[in-house]
Amino acid sequence: MATCKTDTQAGASVRDRLNIVIVGSVDHGKSTLLGRLYADTGTLPEGKLEKIQAICKQQGKAFEYAFLFDAFLEEQQQGVTIDTARTFFQWAGRQYILIDAPGHKEFLKNMVSGAARAGAALLLIDALEGVREQSKRHGLLLSLLGITQVTVVVNKMDLVEYRQDTFRAVETEYRDFLSRLNVTPRFVIPCSARQGDNIVHAGARMPWYTGPTVLESLDNFSSEVDKTEQPLRLPIQDVYKFDACRILAGRLTSGRLRVGDELIFSPSNKTAVVRTIEAFNVDPPPTQARAGQSVGLTLNEQIFVERGEIICRAPSIPLVSTTFRANLFWLGRRPLATGTSCLLRLATREVECRVTAIHRIVDANDLSSETQTADALVRQNDVADITVQARAPLAFDLYADCEDTGRFVLVDGYDVSGGGIITGMIQDREDTLRTGARQRDFAWVRGNVTTEERAAHYGHHAALILLIGPDATGKTFLAKQLESVLVAEGRHAYLLDPENLRRGLDADVRNGDAGEMIRRYGEVARLLMDTGALLISTTNSFTLEDDRALDAIRTLVHPAPMLTVYMSRDTGPAPAAADLCFTGPEDFTATAHDVLAALKRNGTLTDATGTPSGFQVSI
Amino acid sequence: MNHLRQLEDHSVYILREAYRHFDNLAMLWSMGKDSTVLLWLARKAFFGHVPFPLLHVDTSYKIPAMIEYRDRLAREWRLDLIVGQNTQALAAGMNHERGRVECCTALKTNGLKLLLEEKGYTGIILGVRADEESTRAKERYFSPRDKNNDWDFRDQPPELWNQFKTSFPPDTHIRIHPLLDWTEINIWEYIHFENIPFLDLYLNKGNGTRYRSLGCAPCTFPIQSTASTVPEIIEELRATNVAERAGRAQDEGRGMEMLRKDGYM
Ligand SMILES: Nc1nc2c(ncn2[C@@H]2O[C@H](COP(=O)(O)OP(=O)(O)OP(=O)(O)O)[C@@H](O)[C@H]2O)c(=O)[nH]1
Repeated sequence: MATCKTDTQAGASVRDRLNIVIVGSVDHGKSTLLGRLYADTGTLPEGKLEKIQAICKQQGKAFEYAFLFDAFLEEQQQGVTIDTARTFFQWAGRQYILIDAPGHKEFLKNMVSGAARAGAALLLIDALEGVREQSKRHGLLLSLLGITQVTVVVNKMDLVEYRQDTFRAVETEYRDFLSRLNVTPRFVIPCSARQGDNIVHAGARMPWYTGPTVLESLDNFSSEVDKTEQPLRLPIQDVYKFDACRILAGRLTSGRLRVGDELIFSPSNKTAVVRTIEAFNVDPPPTQARAGQSVGLTLNEQIFVERGEIICRAPSIPLVSTTFRANLFWLGRRPLATGTSCLLRLATREVECRVTAIHRIVDANDLSSETQTADALVRQNDVADITVQARAPLAFDLYADCEDTGRFVLVDGYDVSGGGIITGMIQDREDTLRTGARQRDFAWVRGNVTTEERAAHYGHHAALILLIGPDATGKTFLAKQLESVLVAEGRHAYLLDPENLRRGLDADVRNGDAGEMIRRYGEVARLLMDTGALLISTTNSFTLEDDRALDAIRTLVHPAPMLTVYMSRDTGPAPAAADLCFTGPEDFTATAHDVLAALKRNGTLTDATGTPSGFQVSI
Repeated sequence: MNHLRQLEDHSVYILREAYRHFDNLAMLWSMGKDSTVLLWLARKAFFGHVPFPLLHVDTSYKIPAMIEYRDRLAREWRLDLIVGQNTQALAAGMNHERGRVECCTALKTNGLKLLLEEKGYTGIILGVRADEESTRAKERYFSPRDKNNDWDFRDQPPELWNQFKTSFPPDTHIRIHPLLDWTEINIWEYIHFENIPFLDLYLNKGNGTRYRSLGCAPCTFPIQSTASTVPEIIEELRATNVAERAGRAQDEGRGMEMLRKDGYM
């Protein structure tokens, strides 16, 4: 076994890395340009050019530079690129991955997959064919993918006798198009990939052009933007407990973080302080981390947080809502309609969602957009302006403020089928309550006993068990049974009947203001749950419909768990929000035990019974 | 930021996604430089732990030093090592003289298939790199394989913004490729940077040859080289234009495209 250790800095000869995607309409010469770039810089593997030339000769085909990277037999037979290829290119101290994307519209999903990895793009246009629909669609997609570093290459100048006026016409048309996407190309370069003009060498055929060659232009792109100076965003990827300590794992998408920083978790609104930053084979252990790094954190206290939450620091916190507006490109086979459900993935959060409105579908050709009727469809490869509503509130940013937490994908069936950037938050019904609750949580004054310690002491987590359903189904009776059974087991359980708030806490509420009464109820529930209690309650006293009342209560006690038990007399459909359903139970003690079993299953009741733990006070 | 750290951060992210999403996950380890870097990255991602088994598809034709090294690291790093072998094909006398592609298919592709069937893995982590050969250049980070292990390269799912394909129909599995963006030079730079133990078959020990790529003894040939340290390897690679797998016989002609379509690594 060999090991090595010297003090030289590895990779000293590489200054930085950049991924560049080559896009443009089919047959405009992307693969040829790539082949030329390698051939003329002498960076092809030895013998590769000769090998391809020999194969072409043997098969009686004309040699194509494109064959160097169109690896699949089918690609060579049909002369088209099917899927993107990563090729590695080192030049002037920079390591590039050049990504050759397909131009055929059938393979748009592959083009998007390639371009999404890139920090800059070369967009090719055939001088003879001019600007095509796909040239524009690719430009539009680049802007949605957030790629603003673009150099336009007008190729096949040999077919138009290297004429300046032809070049200028294409240049003007495409510059005009890009300007409407707020993109200014770095350069517009006339070239012939086949003849090698202006790829690596300028050549003598276009003396009227004085700008850089394609190779020279690469250096003008900057490498990945450093997002360290932006607000901290660290989506939690996982929580590990390999040893005694619990490590939160994730990658900083922006900002920086130091040991001792106070963190806010969204959407749970929890807070904690960074105790350590964990790392393997790093000595001494790191004390800070910055954008782009995959890290592990331990906290000063054991708070329960999960994958999907976004870690940030005050005052730059993300938005929280169920609903937002977005520009979406759709790659799925099944068209999207208003009402279509699929899975939303934003950073590490996954939640079911629904398209609630299709506002406009963008015509790539002229960027015009038509306002859509209610039965509009977003078809494969369309770009549309839509509203998305998730089943639960999530944390996000506007794309303009924070890229990585401002974009999302939709998964339809098994596949990622579309991507979007968030252009606006839409206030949902609970927005006012949620905003109030967030402010209250951030400012919450805590004692020295943590939530986790309380849970360990009582043998259960705090939770709200809410009984819902029509009148006279025994909700109150069951609530009382539950309280008795739980307390008999030694649990810290309490029956909170909304009726008890009416004459006291709600005495000053005017005209039966249902919203205000719910708010006060929710705040009381939140307080009692902070004591670690299992609250049992009904919605009998609220004049709101069950689902509105539930949403409001859930928002106020968030992120504490809520178990909704639906009671009815007949076997009609239960509301979607119900976790458990009982139809006309006769044996209420048995029903109460069924609820207990559910609480064990969902992890609320941890110890078998609520025997006091060895909680000790240290002074 | 150091370019190696950038590569590391991204690979670690991919490994953590894999661990999170796949209940039945395993990593292939051939003891070569790439899969050993991959193993090291897993230890990075999981803070010294490797929370899934490592599979070695043993063709029985490996160089003995490789097996020794394998068992030693497995012990020292407390690895859950699983060795699979297509014993039936070996009993029937399969070897490279029956044809290289045939031999690779039987002992590697089918050896892996047997292991996957037996254990029912739904996610397999592999150390393939895009710069190794041209069909690998077209891989996704998370690449689906169908019931027969086949790769449908004509119709790969979209992959963007670090949102990978993590759901799939029953009886299919996903190949996970955390090293796609690494080059051969990056691998050596990283081995040097992190001081990762590697097989000294990669070094010239005085006879003017070394292995650049390790496979089965009969089908892998050493190259002429004077490089006897990692910095010398890096220097040599920076100067060369010869493809890495030039010493691997199965890459001839369209061998690799056919092998990989059918589930070869
Ligand atoms: N005359 C001329 N032909 C060119 C030039 N560049 C490319 N071609 C030809 O145009 C055809 C298409 O080139 P490719 O490089 O395969 O095009 P592509 O853009 O990669 O195509 P897809 O990837 O399938 O979208 C080939 O026959 C090339 O030889 C050029 O500068 N001049």
